[in-house]
Amino acid sequence: MEKKQLKTILSLVSVAVILFFSFWAEDHLDSYQIRLLYMWGIYVIFVASFNLVYGYTGQFSMGHAGLAAVGAYTVSLLILSPEAKQLSFFIAPPIWPISVVQWPFLPSLILAGVLTAIVGFLIGAPALRLRGDYLLIATLGFSEIIRLLLCNMPSICNGAMGLKGIPHHANLTWVAGLAIFTVFVVKRLVDSSYGRAMRCVKEDEIAAEAVGVNLFYHKILAFVISSFFVGIGGALFAEVLGTIDPNTFKPYLTYAVMIMAVLGGVESLTGGIIAAAVYTVMSELLRVVETPRTFFSLEYPGIPGLRMLVFAVMLLLLILFARKGLMGDREFSWDWLLSKVQRDTKGGQES
Amino acid sequence: MSFELFVQYLVNGVALGSLYALVAIGYTIIYGVVNLMNMAHGEFFMVAAFLAMWGVNKLPLPWYVAYAISTVITVLLGLFVEKVAYRPLRKVKVSSFIGAISVSFLLQNLFVVLFTSRSKQFPHPEFLDEVLHFGNVSIPVVNIVIVIVSAGMFLILSYIVSKTKMGRAMRAVSKDLEAAQLMGINPDRVISFSFILSTTFAAVGAFMYCSKFPYVDPFTGAIPGLKAFIGAVMGGIGSIPGALVGGFTLGLSEIMLVGFLPTMTSYRDIFAYLILILFLLFRPGGIFNVKIREEKV
Amino acid sequence: MSVLNVDNLTMRFGGLVAVSEFNLELEKGEIVGLIGPNGSGKTTVFNTVTGFYMPTEGNIFLDGTEITGLKPDKVTSFGLARIFQNSRVFRNLTVFDNVMIGYHLRLHSNPLAAIARTPGYVKQETEAKEKTLALLEGLGLVEYVDERAGSLPYGLQRKLEVARALATKPKVLLLDEPATGMSAEETTEMIDFILQVREDFDLTIFLIEHHMQVVMGICHRIVVLNYGKTIANGTPDSIKNNPKVIQAYLGAD
Repeated sequence: MEKKQLKTILSLVSVAVILFFSFWAEDHLDSYQIRLLYMWGIYVIFVASFNLVYGYTGQFSMGHAGLAAVGAYTVSLLILSPEAKQLSFFIAPPIWPISVVQWPFLPSLILAGVLTAIVGFLIGAPALRLRGDYLLIATLGFSEIIRLLLCNMPSICNGAMGLKGIPHHANLTWVAGLAIFTVFVVKRLVDSSYGRAMRCVKEDEIAAEAVGVNLFYHKILAFVISSFFVGIGGALFAEVLGTIDPNTFKPYLTYAVMIMAVLGGVESLTGGIIAAAVYTVMSELLRVVETPRTFFSLEYPGIPGLRMLVFAVMLLLLILFARKGLMGDREFSWDWLLSKVQRDTKGGQES
Repeated sequence: MSFELFVQYLVNGVALGSLYALVAIGYTIIYGVVNLMNMAHGEFFMVAAFLAMWGVNKLPLPWYVAYAISTVITVLLGLFVEKVAYRPLRKVKVSSFIGAISVSFLLQNLFVVLFTSRSKQFPHPEFLDEVLHFGNVSIPVVNIVIVIVSAGMFLILSYIVSKTKMGRAMRAVSKDLEAAQLMGINPDRVISFSFILSTTFAAVGAFMYCSKFPYVDPFTGAIPGLKAFIGAVMGGIGSIPGALVGGFTLGLSEIMLVGFLPTMTSYRDIFAYLILILFLLFRPGGIFNVKIREEKV
Repeated sequence: MSVLNVDNLTMRFGGLVAVSEFNLELEKGEIVGLIGPNGSGKTTVFNTVTGFYMPTEGNIFLDGTEITGLKPDKVTSFGLARIFQNSRVFRNLTVFDNVMIGYHLRLHSNPLAAIARTPGYVKQETEAKEKTLALLEGLGLVEYVDERAGSLPYGLQRKLEVARALATKPKVLLLDEPATGMSAEETTEMIDFILQVREDFDLTIFLIEHHMQVVMGICHRIVVLNYGKTIANGTPDSIKNNPKVIQAYLGAD
């Protein structure tokens, strides 16, 4: 059969395998392992969106945390029942329409993404006019403004107390599917003419303009699409954690995404997927080291702060010695795999 | 509000403003010379405070010895960080920013690991705690010391920058690195000197800030660092008078906001960020309108 | 009607007047050269005409349409393309991508259609791909199609820049020192290349050059700048012997 058909079939089969596995895992793996897989999926969504904005379009945005918060709060406020909201809202009762609304999961998720995309547009429109470190500071500022606003609006989102008891609708298959969808959309966009334009923006803005590429349009395009997915990721985050508060969305979250992106290679989606897995596992292992435990009646007090310390050191080492990360700008592709297989079989035949 | 209450807020505002100005100057020196936003500046501030605290509490040392030694060690730390983490990344803008943020998180969490995140009291000379009274207005002695020390340090810095050879070299490097090199200036030495100045300002700022707000934890440097940073941008990042004016204005405004609009107190951080963004968008050069480096076509 | 009309263009940077009352009328098919000592304002004229600077005074018209003060990408969409003094190919992109991007501005589609790969989008992309390959072939670059643009030798990078500009379907092509840094042989090649390209693509060319061989060899007319002012405008022969031009280059005697 034709190569192109073969590749499409391979892709579809892989997706099916992943979804089946997720489905199976829901019932057969313990909740700890499932939670790790959830986090991996969510991180993949975050990293892929960061790749789009920074790796491919060259815009270093530190707004992920705030945008994720928008998605998380949107979905939570929508899917919590009015009664649950009345109970949760401690300082002030929820205002209309939040007090009465309750939506099913899927529309809430979509609205979370859309709303975050809109917020992304509102942030991006002014901020993307800035260069390099100024863009960075501005997006960080916006992210913190969002978080601080959430702390200070008790009648909309219960302020610093946060929301709890967020019902769990998104099972692992959902998360896996959405992660696959995110990577798919980003890849398709990057491989398209618009993606090419974005890469030109990253390479050389002046030359890009001379060649007819509208800088602002493409930056905003990348930013808004990225924000959409960050919103989805944030929404799933709320789903998985079950409780959120503004402190869940401090700049450390953006920093963690940055670590994963640099680790994987900012221009590589494959790298991002691998790095998200590495980060999830390391995060868990380090959490073990952080918490106090008792071994055979020996008290181990735990070393809090070690996790973030290790990650900070790791990012510093990466940025100093391995800036391109694991994959640089290479991607996994069926072409590559097939060529490896062919070469091995050919080698076998010749000898 | 009564006049006396106004004066009271003014007294506090002037103190906070001077503190922010001190720290802001530290940021702006680095940005002016190296074109780097040293996001870890707040952490040097914190490290200085912790080292001084450790010196007084553990060794024990008299406060002036502990402060002095802490300053020296903090400066050495600054030089070390510059050499190891910033110098190799000087060419790549975004990477140097990532480097700076990493150093910031690293120091914060290193100190959490070493000293736990519980806040401790900062040891300072007792006379600072005394309060002078003028009618209904109370002026803590520490406020007076803050203003005097800040003014003094600013004067010393102005002298260094305008009258000494190194100061002139700093100004040359901040205007045009390549030209300065062609003139025989060694950028590494100038940059190291800038870090010495910057960290000294951070350390002194820390001692005074923590004397006034005595509870210290590994995250203590973050907020003053951020506010000072915003002040520096407001004044015009890279400009020392700008940092002084910007930092001072921000500190003063913050206290006045709390005084005049007490209901808005929890919004004060939001206002600070908004001011930052508005300046970045509409007046990136700050009040003193510093020139922003543009790429040549 | 002239294809490019620059009317009384003045460009001031603070107190410095970089270009003063520059006028130009380019007729279709002409090759006009812009020369002058270093710092005389030649690249400033280019940058203003192409939209990188907003002119302090004056107007620019392309085929009758006013393009004064439009952003560079808009100017290019109206049919004015340029290459830069220092090679600005997209170094980390392939030769193929460098040229394909030139077709992006004429794409009638939207990002969602691109993501979904609708038939309308795919058709346009396929056409653009074919045109890219044809363009590369015609300019002798097709063997490098998958190479990283930054790895090409300098002369080929310059050609690639021209190919990229051509992909935007310009009416007027602005070349900023196309032959700089080239050997005698490469310069001759570049001259032939420019003439060939003008003919194949029906272009009008405005070029900045220091290489007198190029300027005298192919320009129909030459404009001479000194300190931002136009000191001469005429045929190569008239310029060669113009005392003001000679003085500008050699300095007052």
